Amino acid sequence: MVQEEARSLPLPPGPLMTKSESVLSPVRLSVRSPADEEGVHDSFQQLIAEHSDNGAASSALELQQLQSDLDEESRDNMPLSGPEHEHRRRQGASDLECDGGEMDPIQGEGWSSDTLKILSSMPSRTIGRNRGAIISQYCNKTLKLRRRRQTRPSIRDFSPSSRPSIRSYGMEGDTTDAEVSKRERLVNNLQNLPVSDRVRMLRGMPLSVAEKKEIRNLVMQKEKRILSNKKLSCCSQLKYYIIIAARKSWYSWLSFLHSLQPWQTLLKRVSGRFGTGVLSYFLFLKTLVFFNVFLFLVTGAFLVLPQAVHPPYRDTTSFSGLELLTGAGSFSHTVMYYGYYANYTLPRRSRDEGGGQNASTLTSDSQQFSYNMPLAYFFTIGMAFFITCIILVYSMSKTFGRSFRINKSNSILTMKTFSCWDFKVIKKKSVQIMSENIGTQLKELLAELTQKHTKSTFCKRFCRLMVHGVAWTICIASTTGCMAGVYYFSEFIHKDLQQNHRNLYVNPLMKEAKLLSLPTVVSVINLLLPALFNLVGWMETYESPSVFAYVAIGRNLMLKMSMLGILCFHWLGRVAPEYKSIGLTCWEDFVGQELYRFLLMDFIFTLLDTLFGELLWRLFSEKVLKRKRKPVFDIARNVLDLIYGQTLAWLGVLFSPVLPVVQILKLFLVFYIKMSSVMLNCQAPRKPYRASQMTTIFITLLCIPSLLGASVCVTYTMWSITPSTSCGPFRTLDTMFKAGKHWMEILEKDNPSLSVLSKAHTYFVENPFFLFVGAGIFLIVIYFHSQVVDGQRKIISLLQDQIQNEGEDKKFLINRLQSVHKQKQDAGKRLKSQDSTC
Amino acid sequence: MGNKQTIFTDEQLDAYQDCTFFTRKEILRLHGRYHELAPHLVPMDYTNEPDCKIPLALIVNMPELKENPFRNRIVESFSEDGMGNLSFNEFVDMFSVLSEMAPRELKAIYAFKIYDFNVDNYLCKEDLEKTLNKLTKEELTPEEVELVCEKTIEEADLDGDHKLSFADFENMISRAPDFLSTFHIRI
Repeated sequence: MVQEEARSLPLPPGPLMTKSESVLSPVRLSVRSPADEEGVHDSFQQLIAEHSDNGAASSALELQQLQSDLDEESRDNMPLSGPEHEHRRRQGASDLECDGGEMDPIQGEGWSSDTLKILSSMPSRTIGRNRGAIISQYCNKTLKLRRRRQTRPSIRDFSPSSRPSIRSYGMEGDTTDAEVSKRERLVNNLQNLPVSDRVRMLRGMPLSVAEKKEIRNLVMQKEKRILSNKKLSCCSQLKYYIIIAARKSWYSWLSFLHSLQPWQTLLKRVSGRFGTGVLSYFLFLKTLVFFNVFLFLVTGAFLVLPQAVHPPYRDTTSFSGLELLTGAGSFSHTVMYYGYYANYTLPRRSRDEGGGQNASTLTSDSQQFSYNMPLAYFFTIGMAFFITCIILVYSMSKTFGRSFRINKSNSILTMKTFSCWDFKVIKKKSVQIMSENIGTQLKELLAELTQKHTKSTFCKRFCRLMVHGVAWTICIASTTGCMAGVYYFSEFIHKDLQQNHRNLYVNPLMKEAKLLSLPTVVSVINLLLPALFNLVGWMETYESPSVFAYVAIGRNLMLKMSMLGILCFHWLGRVAPEYKSIGLTCWEDFVGQELYRFLLMDFIFTLLDTLFGELLWRLFSEKVLKRKRKPVFDIARNVLDLIYGQTLAWLGVLFSPVLPVVQILKLFLVFYIKMSSVMLNCQAPRKPYRASQMTTIFITLLCIPSLLGASVCVTYTMWSITPSTSCGPFRTLDTMFKAGKHWMEILEKDNPSLSVLSKAHTYFVENPFFLFVGAGIFLIVIYFHSQVVDGQRKIISLLQDQIQNEGEDKKFLINRLQSVHKQKQDAGKRLKSQDSTC
Repeated sequence: MGNKQTIFTDEQLDAYQDCTFFTRKEILRLHGRYHELAPHLVPMDYTNEPDCKIPLALIVNMPELKENPFRNRIVESFSEDGMGNLSFNEFVDMFSVLSEMAPRELKAIYAFKIYDFNVDNYLCKEDLEKTLNKLTKEELTPEEVELVCEKTIEEADLDGDHKLSFADFENMISRAPDFLSTFHIRI
């Protein structure tokens, strides 16, 4: 490409070339657009001419030219009038102004028109402006892409004009045709790209839609022509039509998906009023809805549906209404809970239905179309977790890449200036608040920059440390206290259940209502302690708001995770081993119900929080305190609540495969309630909010403690806790994990030739060695990636140095140009004076 | 589509879909919005690509732009004639660049254009002053503005010419994680 362009320049007069080629070549190579080439070339030709005769004019022709140059210059310096000249004059003035720093003496001088002309045609100045520049830039891009792909049709598929030929080089010398031919080449390149790449390129081009449409039309025409030229065989014609049809349907599918996206207008209203920060809460909620929909689709398709088609037995308990709260009662023996699922292979025909519950084998002819419920249960839950994990890790890494760029820069002020205006905000008052915010932030930044860091005295620092220490002590102490409280309370409940089990004359309704006490206590703690943390947070002073936010998140997270830890211990360590002592036939059902209750309580307390914390507080502060300020929506705490709820849902999938539905309903309601509450009660946040970094952190939190914790619990349950002996798909097994082995044994018994498979299972799946190998490989991959990032960081710093050097070079060249021009000007004057004396 | 009146042919819609970040429905909605701005100027039928333009004053009154301090610059940057008259194509272009899907490079180019008030392809002190005054609604004192300009140029200027070229700007934008989410207007 570069070579072509170099050749395409009209050569300057022969002998001069050799002399100045070394100076010229870098400039020439960096020039892309033909239109620029002309301008630069002309200017340099003059420069070359200058060099060759050392300022001494040799011919009258040249003298004339100089004269005209001088005239032009003086015209340039004259004040211009009229709107169309205004801009040009301003440009010149601003150039002078901007470069009039004291640092560089040469830059202080006014530049001549030639220098300005060259400067204005430099490639970096024409980016985004010059159509030719853009087209040739994209020409290069497409070419690169094409080379990388290497999957293009062979050369005979090209139309003659797209093949590189000597003639096309000649054509490019002619600058009027250059753009046309460039465009033709771009069209060719685009045509040879696969459709998806082509569309991506087209969309990314900084050209106007009209122009893009034209290019697209040209590409399409060319494609059609080639297709008709080739005289398609029937087969490839069919292929062509299939491709077109597939594309059409893909587009309609896309627009269908798009119309599925819920809450578009609501989201727009929120973002118009509160900006990116509050919007990120609702977007996070939307992501959670999608995760749950996915989870439910998986469990619904592979567990609930097959089991619902083959109900094992009917056991109807009357519906009392309390079920909605406790999840127990008539809900117990439905597809909602683990205990309902069969431990045998589901038959294909319904006449086998109702066969022995503990039958684990069926006749061999139905086995071909059968559905092994224990295996399905095991793998569905496992795969659901695995895929969720992959999606989460993927989106986590993506947002990481987006929000934490490799090289942390120190240009905060620039970023503030150019990227802090939220173009989404459209409400007048919010706009006002935002510009005030930006003003104060800029002032703060300035104060920080101008004043050198004042050394705080030892006493002050000590005081601050003391305050932090006290704050952390309070937080940790209260969290530990709550943990202990929940621990003993759950023990008490457990003991109470044991006693009640012996005592037969207890109202069953009372018994069920009692079950609600533990979730209520935990939810109360979850509501009150964050408020305490907030109070403590006001006591402290932090240097930056982001540290403050991180500390608050850390404390809330500590609380929620410790609560969940205690609860998991209660369920898996206390209820599971001695479930018979509290009168349960199926502890998995019990845990599932508990999780249902927790989810519900969490929802109810979110409602209460919205009502009291936002609505009533707003009314109170408006009516009683007569303050105009409304409460600010606490994004971090609300997101953490969502994460807590999601952890509960993930924990519960194993015990209650329908739990994602409950979670989806809950999230829908929360969305509408929070949306209306925010619109009604809150005002735009005053603090700056780094939306993308916070989103990254929340996704990370959703992955690392939440999903990881839930999957550790689920894996532990599957691996080493004995399932209930009289219900659920794993009732005859020691652990759920044995389901695979059990199936293997059956398979081996039925079909001895498959014993290899069974052996493989014993060696590979049950051997921890391979687990270690897998983990090791994973770690190695992570290590390599971090090394690559490290290398890239080094390259970036090298490139930055290089940019600086280039800048120096540019300055040097401009100065050189300027001095040469000066010489020329002096020579002209001298000649003029000689003329006049003659 | 199945409406009583065809606004675009299928072919046109396909072309829009290929060239912008919008789906068919959104293109139709955009046309509706465009038509709303000047019902007497803009025809409903766009099948033969009528040549009509809406002046800046009308476009700037859209609720999406009305409160934006850079509204005039946004519209001007997307108009071919530089005066702020937008044809439907340019209108679509504007919201396509400002949409969620547009890549960082594309957004950076147009953001650069928007902030380049005097259209000299550099962000110099004058541009920065204007930007700052618009951002803060002239709340900063002239000295403060001066200082911010100086520091900003000092921070972001890589090649030492005391103004920000597109390369400097792009380099800075590539490290501002919030840029993608803030340079976005929902339509």
